[in-house]
Amino acid sequence: MGKTIAEKIFESHIVDNPSDDIYVIRLDAVFCHEITTPIAINDLVTRCKDRVFDTSKVKAVIDHVTPAKDSKTAAQGKILREWARRHDIKDFFDIGRNGVCHAIFPEKGFVRPGFTIIMGDSHTCTYGAFGAFAAGVGTTDLEVGILKGVCALRYPETIRINITGKIPEGVFAKDIILSVIGLLGVNGATDKVIEFSGPVVTSMSMDARMTICNMAIEAGATCGLCAPDMTTVEYLWNFIREEYKTKDKALEAFRSFCSDPDASYVDIIEHDVSSLEPVATFGYRPDNVKSVREMEGAKIDQVYIGSCTNGRIEDLRIAAAVLRGNKISDSLRGIVSPATTEIYRQAIDEGLVAVFLDAGFCVTNPTCGACLGMSNGVLAEGEACASTTNRNFIGRMGKGGMVHLMSPATAAATAIAGHITNSKLYNGK
Amino acid sequence: MKNFSGKALFLDRSDINTDEIIPAKHLSENTRQSLKPYLFEDINLEGFDNKKDIQGKGIIITRENFGCGSSREHAPWALETNGINLVIAPSFARIFKRNMFNCGMMAVELSHEIISRLFSVFSKRDTEIETLFDKSSFILKSGDVKESVKFEISKFDRALVSAGGWLEYADSRY
Ligand code: SF4
Repeated sequence: MGKTIAEKIFESHIVDNPSDDIYVIRLDAVFCHEITTPIAINDLVTRCKDRVFDTSKVKAVIDHVTPAKDSKTAAQGKILREWARRHDIKDFFDIGRNGVCHAIFPEKGFVRPGFTIIMGDSHTCTYGAFGAFAAGVGTTDLEVGILKGVCALRYPETIRINITGKIPEGVFAKDIILSVIGLLGVNGATDKVIEFSGPVVTSMSMDARMTICNMAIEAGATCGLCAPDMTTVEYLWNFIREEYKTKDKALEAFRSFCSDPDASYVDIIEHDVSSLEPVATFGYRPDNVKSVREMEGAKIDQVYIGSCTNGRIEDLRIAAAVLRGNKISDSLRGIVSPATTEIYRQAIDEGLVAVFLDAGFCVTNPTCGACLGMSNGVLAEGEACASTTNRNFIGRMGKGGMVHLMSPATAAATAIAGHITNSKLYNGK
Repeated sequence: MKNFSGKALFLDRSDINTDEIIPAKHLSENTRQSLKPYLFEDINLEGFDNKKDIQGKGIIITRENFGCGSSREHAPWALETNGINLVIAPSFARIFKRNMFNCGMMAVELSHEIISRLFSVFSKRDTEIETLFDKSSFILKSGDVKESVKFEISKFDRALVSAGGWLEYADSRY
């Protein structure tokens, strides 16, 4: 019988099978950031196990609170920085060269089809956009990954979501993934892998694929996966040209990480997006999804455009297209945070930063910041934020704050109107 | 091996997420012990007082999908520093469950029927739970009401609990 992408990657990496459905697999990369790694480093040091399995496969970034906002976050940065130096970790990205982890690591070419990757971060599933098996793990798994280059995982079962139809104008990857989460529920894919397939996914850019895979965890999935194709090859070409010589050769190699036609799935869901409207969340769960039309007029205090979900260049282009020539409402404040230094530079070069500044947005350096309510845009009690991030849990962006998740287009339109509304890019009724 | 017996704390809600167990703003703590006062600080549960209700408790019994949300292992640590090494629920979020066993703690799944019965019989009273690890059973006691419940955990999870966690297990084997 045929195999799914997840099964193929998994099976090519098995080291041990200590229990029925638990497999220990070999890792191609372990990524680290300054929130979850310092405590792992401290623990390894305490146990006299301060080692790194392969310094070329361990990558690190300071991204969550950068620049540091207080002594505690400064200490976290310091622990990661000193550890990276001590072990001679070449791919370490500090302020001035950094970016939100799930944007910068793919941008540097560290994510390849067929790879196994872990990180102490739940949105590690983003890398599945490249046909990599990537899972968010806790500190102990991270410690073992750093120390031994292995991870224990359950044999993957896959739900396939076949996305078909014609995406209406003004409807984006974020609307699609929110609608999928609304469909599945917050634990509809728990312990499973979601494979996104179908013509809509095939036609998506890597940025858009990363947006949908990023939120697989919000339905409980271990990993979101897209089959690698020519779009993947094009994105990675600068990093792989030596290895493969021609794009067709690269594509052929990557094809070995596509699902077989007779692969078996725990569920196959057909999702036609032809009549999908822009959507947003209304409650404290990412599956509390309604159309923007139904939420029209909801009061907003802050608009946030950024994060590993929607802080990439394509997202900034879409937001700027809505904002160009407009001012944001006096009744709210707007913050945009380009996800990486490279994206920031590109946004300046393309004149996008000027559009944001003219509109009255604050443009911050690349950081997670407000997304997790730690810095750069924390909400006050009772405030509501229209946000392009991925989590609306209670207290996520500040105690007592409400987060409405939406696309960059809807967020930008909301900034202009002063309340939740559809963007001019959407003209459906 | 850790202690898995103690007084029960009933949390009657599903989908309690890791932000509710330990809010993200405390992730800048670099030691486990400093998380202790913040367990369930922002939980969305009517009538729950995290300062009073956690005290003296050693085991949580709750509803589906406990520990959903972020991958932070701070969630089990916040439990551990408060003396809670065992959570019993119909289901758990994957990462949370792994984190528990990785730390040498336990996240045990029981059927909906059993959990509902435990809620209806014990949740309004002081309940002691004794865990017989080798016999895979819990004994719940409250006054003269007593009930024994069987549980199952995988061979691997059992080995992790016995080894004291995944790091010790992995470093000695791979
Ligand atoms: S942007 Fe938000 S969701 Fe993404 S890694 Fe940073 S904190 Fe996590």
